[in-house]
This record gives sequence, structure tokens and C-alpha cells, in this order.
Amino acid sequence: MKRTILSGNEAIARGAYEAGCLVACAYPGTPSTEILENALQYTEINSSWAPNEKVALEVAIGASFGGGRALCTMKHVGVNVAADPLFTLSYTGVRGGLLLVVADDPEMHSSQNEQDSRNYAKFAKVPMLEPSDSQECKEFTRLAFELSEQYDTPVMLRSSTRISHGKSVVELGERVTGLPQPRLEKNPAKLVMLPGNARVRHPVVEQSLIDLSKAAATLPFNRIELRDTTIGVITAGICYQYVREVLPNASTLKLGLVHPLPFDLIREFAAQVDTLYVIEELDPFIEDRVKAMGISAIGKEIISLCGELTPGRLRSAFKLPQAEAAPAETLPGRPPNMCPGCPHRGVFYTLKQLNAYITGDIGCYTLGFMPPLSAMDTCVCMGASIGMATGVTKVVSDQEKKKVVAVIGDSTFLHTGLNGLMDMVYNNSPATVIILDNSITAMTGRQDNPASGFTLMDDPTHAINLPLLCKALGVKNIRVINPLDLEETRRVIAEEMERFEPSVIITNKPCVLINRADIFQKGPVYAVDSGTCSGCRACLKIGCPAIEWVPAGDGSKKGKARIDPLLCTGCDVCRQLCTFTAIGSVK
Amino acid sequence: MNHRITNILLVGVGGQGILLASEILSEAAMMAGFDVKKSEIHGMSQRGGSVVSHVRFGTKVFSPIVPEGEGDILFGFELMETVRSLPFLKHGGTVVANDLHISPPSVLIGQEPYPDGLAERIRARFSDFLLVDGQKIATDAGNVRAANTVLLGVVSKRLSIPQEMWMEALEKMVPGKAVDVNKRAFLMGQEF
Repeated sequence: MKRTILSGNEAIARGAYEAGCLVACAYPGTPSTEILENALQYTEINSSWAPNEKVALEVAIGASFGGGRALCTMKHVGVNVAADPLFTLSYTGVRGGLLLVVADDPEMHSSQNEQDSRNYAKFAKVPMLEPSDSQECKEFTRLAFELSEQYDTPVMLRSSTRISHGKSVVELGERVTGLPQPRLEKNPAKLVMLPGNARVRHPVVEQSLIDLSKAAATLPFNRIELRDTTIGVITAGICYQYVREVLPNASTLKLGLVHPLPFDLIREFAAQVDTLYVIEELDPFIEDRVKAMGISAIGKEIISLCGELTPGRLRSAFKLPQAEAAPAETLPGRPPNMCPGCPHRGVFYTLKQLNAYITGDIGCYTLGFMPPLSAMDTCVCMGASIGMATGVTKVVSDQEKKKVVAVIGDSTFLHTGLNGLMDMVYNNSPATVIILDNSITAMTGRQDNPASGFTLMDDPTHAINLPLLCKALGVKNIRVINPLDLEETRRVIAEEMERFEPSVIITNKPCVLINRADIFQKGPVYAVDSGTCSGCRACLKIGCPAIEWVPAGDGSKKGKARIDPLLCTGCDVCRQLCTFTAIGSVK
Repeated sequence: MNHRITNILLVGVGGQGILLASEILSEAAMMAGFDVKKSEIHGMSQRGGSVVSHVRFGTKVFSPIVPEGEGDILFGFELMETVRSLPFLKHGGTVVANDLHISPPSVLIGQEPYPDGLAERIRARFSDFLLVDGQKIATDAGNVRAANTVLLGVVSKRLSIPQEMWMEALEKMVPGKAVDVNKRAFLMGQEF
């Protein structure tokens, strides 16, 4: 058996390969993105990025209905977008096994909320598995496809940041063979969810969950581990590891299937231990149902509803001594920042200068919120910026309406921003939309999208023409600007903000991280002439990581700017801010 | 609290190559026959933010994250980030730090100075402290970008992983044309 170290995401991709999966589809989202990026190495799987999670799931549903095994992956908030097909997919069931992987982000390391996806499993009536390490990620993925076909249901697998991005040792297996060849097969009574058909399907779904709950008591992924029986802990996922670390002598009921729960096994375990605990991150999902069975247990009385669990927090919950640690030092923070040369920087600088009210969106440009740019006023979810801008203009004065600007990236615009723009035109909102088109889905690590010109497989493909698309939606005022030209950027944004009808401004410079030489190349490096620099700090207002303030060192507030030649991309924006012509390119 | 587990933290700034260094370390530990777990946060941290990677190895590892106060070795690629992560280290733990300052945004824009006396603050709490000029040694080895591998060489002297496993892990994880310079940087780190 080949042993290797894999992240949870790599192991899920491997599990899909071993399970004979034929199609994998996703929209990128931290911490789930690397599953598809790793599925790519298995040429037997057709892997693709979809414009959003709803489409990704629908592609997987189609593949399943065609008879192939299909994988769909997303981050927790992606399920909100994909919820519509999901809730009816449980009624239709599947042909080829269908696995929906959802990666939660307790502690919100890279998310706008920490919703607990287990609630979706119950709500949508879909079985859900929860692995505790990379080996289980692989095994549970294989198993999920089998359960999916056996119980005629989609199956969800819930990961979390610590599982998806944690690495551990995995033993690899072979790809299964002998699965039926996909082919068209009509079964409208099962796959056309008109009321008459759906009424027939609903009781089938309920019965199948009862059957699985009973079977789950004997399936190997749910297991009782008896040790000292004074304390018994029901747990799942990453929390199992923390329980084993902090309470090594406690008995555990380790759940691999968190929906439906194996009620018989829970009763059996509860009867064998003196005090029963339920240890889980976020919502009391298991705990509420254990208590509803009439079994007394301790859970959220000692474990927070918020944030992720850690060994230290678990130790505090059980009032165990903590290891002696050095006190935290007071140090300057190090928040993330837009890259040197990022084409978004000049736009946010300009919007701040124009005192705009900026409805923001999800992507690298959300970092426009950070000082010194401090140029973002709202951020709720993917695609929300445009609808919010329209909404704001419905209530404020005519003078204030002109201040409202929505800012959205190319990938986010195509994800769910498009509908907001339709509404804006349809209902004639006077707000201004800026599409920050950097030709990539940058925040999650440079994934291609329908406007970037390449597929996940790196094959060239049609790139959506954003100005033409906006024109087709009925936008009359469409301006394409070079965001690295501050004069042009300011003039065009000011003109469109003043205009009392819908307008779209599209920036046209690529992300500096794109490693395709024909799309992005660094320009000549810039430097500050220290003899000419007056120390006015104007160039520091864009917050470029390549520009550093060097104090004079005499205790005064004086100093000069310096450009780090290793970081500078030659974007030219700082030169345009320097009224003393102290900044220029190095020949 | 399992004393057979070695707890290592690799800390620094996004973009410094911390993930690669922690992968080489994990790979070498696995080749040496240990159970290994590793955890870090990608995403926002890649945009120049603080990065903390946890590596744990031993006969059997449960939690992938090192509890505060239980780290054996703190392996810092940048000085201020090293000090920030000192609470992870156990009493009497080892600090191996790269003598490098990278200014965070507030320092870049002149809002506050980069803190001084950082090495002294580490030494005041941890006597087993090695301050390494990774950039200089890496430059001598042939490429300034191999500074991480220099530090890995320094750390390797404190770990029970055989030399051939380190070499094999470097060959496996480092891109082809950079292998030789990284091996040289690793060996020079071991001589530090």
C-alpha cells in the first residue's frame, strides 16, 4: 500500500478518483477550492469550474442522471446558492452516485459567516458524512458514492478548514472498475418533479432516511470506543481529534454519519457511560437531537456556539490545567493586503477621493476596506453589491444617490452579480457599477472563470465580452478604463457618478499574479529619488506594500519614501501621485 | 500532553515559502516512519498576512494543531512574526529565527515604527535561541530564495529524522532545477 501525506482536499479528490467518479464541478471557495484543482490530475475525471455553485450542482445532477458518478464541491456559503436544486434533488434521487462536498469555515478564517452546513443535511433530507482526517476524507468519499447509489439519494460530505487544509498520512487505493457505462435512460416519474410525482417521492425519501439511520448503527464509520466509562463523549469530524488529544481516557462514540443519526447506537453508548457529553463546533446539531431522545447530555453549556474548537479551548471547557505559555506581545498587526501593482488600488484611492458610498462584494477587492484605502461601506455575500446599490438609491436623497457605487470583480459579477445588473436596468437605478475585471478569480488563488478565456483543464475557450454583455442587458453607459491611469479613472468615475441613470465602468488590467506571460508582465521597476522626495507622504496613501516610509531618524516626523525593487511591478500609480516628480522608472 | 509527539511551528509572512518548508518537514518525518499531521490557514493569509503552520509528528498524532504552550520548536522566517507566536512554545522550548524584518502595512505607511529589541525579547524568555542570517547563508549557497531551506537545516539538527530522509524529501518537494542549491543551503544550515 502506498503511503503519502495528503490534505483533506487532496484526499477527497483521490477518493473521488478511486470511486470511479466521472465528473467533478465546482465554483472556487476557501477552504474547498483545492479539491477540484487536485481532481484535475486524474484524467478519468472531467473537471470544470462553473460560474456559481447552483450551476455546479446542476451539472453534477445531470451527470448523475446520465448514469455517471459525479462530485460537486463548494464552501459553506456556496450551499446557500445551490440550495434550490439540492432540496429537490433529495426527492428525485440519483442514477450515478452524487456527492456534494461542503467545506465549512468555523472561526471565519476566510469567510463572511460561520454557518453550520449540517443543518442543510437535515433541512434538505440528505445523508451527511463527516471525516476526521485525510484518510477518512478519502474513505468517506468512496463510501459516499456507494451509499448514494444504495439509498438512491445525493450524499453530502462536510469538511472544515482544519480538515480540508490539514495534512495527514493516507494509504492510497486503486480506482474501482466495472461500474455501469453511462447512457440515456428515461424515468420521468422519478426525475420530473411536478406535484403529482413529488408527492410520491417525498415518503420514499423519509423512509430511506429511517432505513439508513437503522443501518448506521452497524456501519463501521459510526463506532463506540470504550475506555474509562465515567466520561462518554459523542463527537464527529475534527472535534474527535481534539477529544482524543485532551481526554485520552474518555470513552467516545465517534460518528462518521452525522445525518441521519444512529439513534440505537446513541442509546447503547449513553447507557454505558456515567456522564455524557456532546462535543461539536458551532451549532448543537447532534446535541439537540440527543436531548430530544430524552437523554441528558452536556454540550453547549461548556462549548461555545461561536468559532472553532481547539485543544486549548476544550481543556478550558473541562477546567483542565493549561500548559504554561509566554504572554502575547503587543505588536503591530499584519493583516492581508492587496498585492504590489494590484490594478484595484487606484480605483479604491479614487473612490475615496470622490467620497463615494461603496457597496462592496466578495473577492480580493474586499481588502479595499483596509486602511489607508478604507474604501468599502458594505459587503454581505457574492453578487450583493449591485442589488444593494439599487436599494440604497431607492431611499436616499437625489444628491446622495449620485454617491452610490457598486464594486464587483469579474468572477463575482458572473457568479450572481448579473441578475443585480438586470434589476438595476429594469428598474432604472441611478447607481454606478464598477466591474473590476482582472481576468481571473484571484482571492481563492487564481482560478479561471467564463471571462478569463481558459477552462480548469487549461484549455483555451471563449472569454465572455463583459462590455457586450452589459450592453445586451440594456446598459446605455458602458465605459472601459485603464485603472492604472489615475486621471482617466477619476474623470470617468466622476462623470458616471454624476449621471442619473444606470452606468457600468469596466477596468481592463489583469491580476499581477497571473502567470501567463501574454496576459501579465512586470514593467520596469520604479525608484524614489531621495534628493527630490519632499517627504509629503502622498504616495503612501495607496497602501502599496512596495512603498515604505523611512523615518529621518532624528526623532522628527520627517522622512522619505522608498520603493522595494523586489516587490515593485512598475504599475506607475505612485508616480502619478508624486507632485515633486521624485518617482520614476529605473532604466 | 503526549511527550512522544514533536510539536513544531513554522511562522512568517504570506509569500515567504512557509508552506513548502512545512511540507518538506512533514514528508521527511513520514519517511522516517512517524505519524504526521500538519495544519495551516490558506486564503486571506496569502495576501501578505501572518502565516502559522503547525507540524506534529510521533507514534500517533490526534490534533493537527499545536496547543499553546506545548510547541517544542518555533521556527520563524521573520522576526516580528516569531515574537508573535512565542505563546505557542513550551517553557524551555527552542527558537530558530531568521534575522529578517518585513514591515507590515502600518509600518510601511509610517503610522508606527517596526518594533525594536525583538531578538532580546526572545532571548529573555528562551535561552535556546538561534538567530540565523538565512539570507546571507542562502546567497552563499547560490540563491537568496533558499533561506527557508537554510533554516530547515538548522532545525534538522534538533530532530530525530535521519539525513537520507531529509535529502529524499528535498528531492521530492523542491522543483527540479532548484534541488542542488537547496541541498547545499540545507547542509550549510546544518553547519550553523
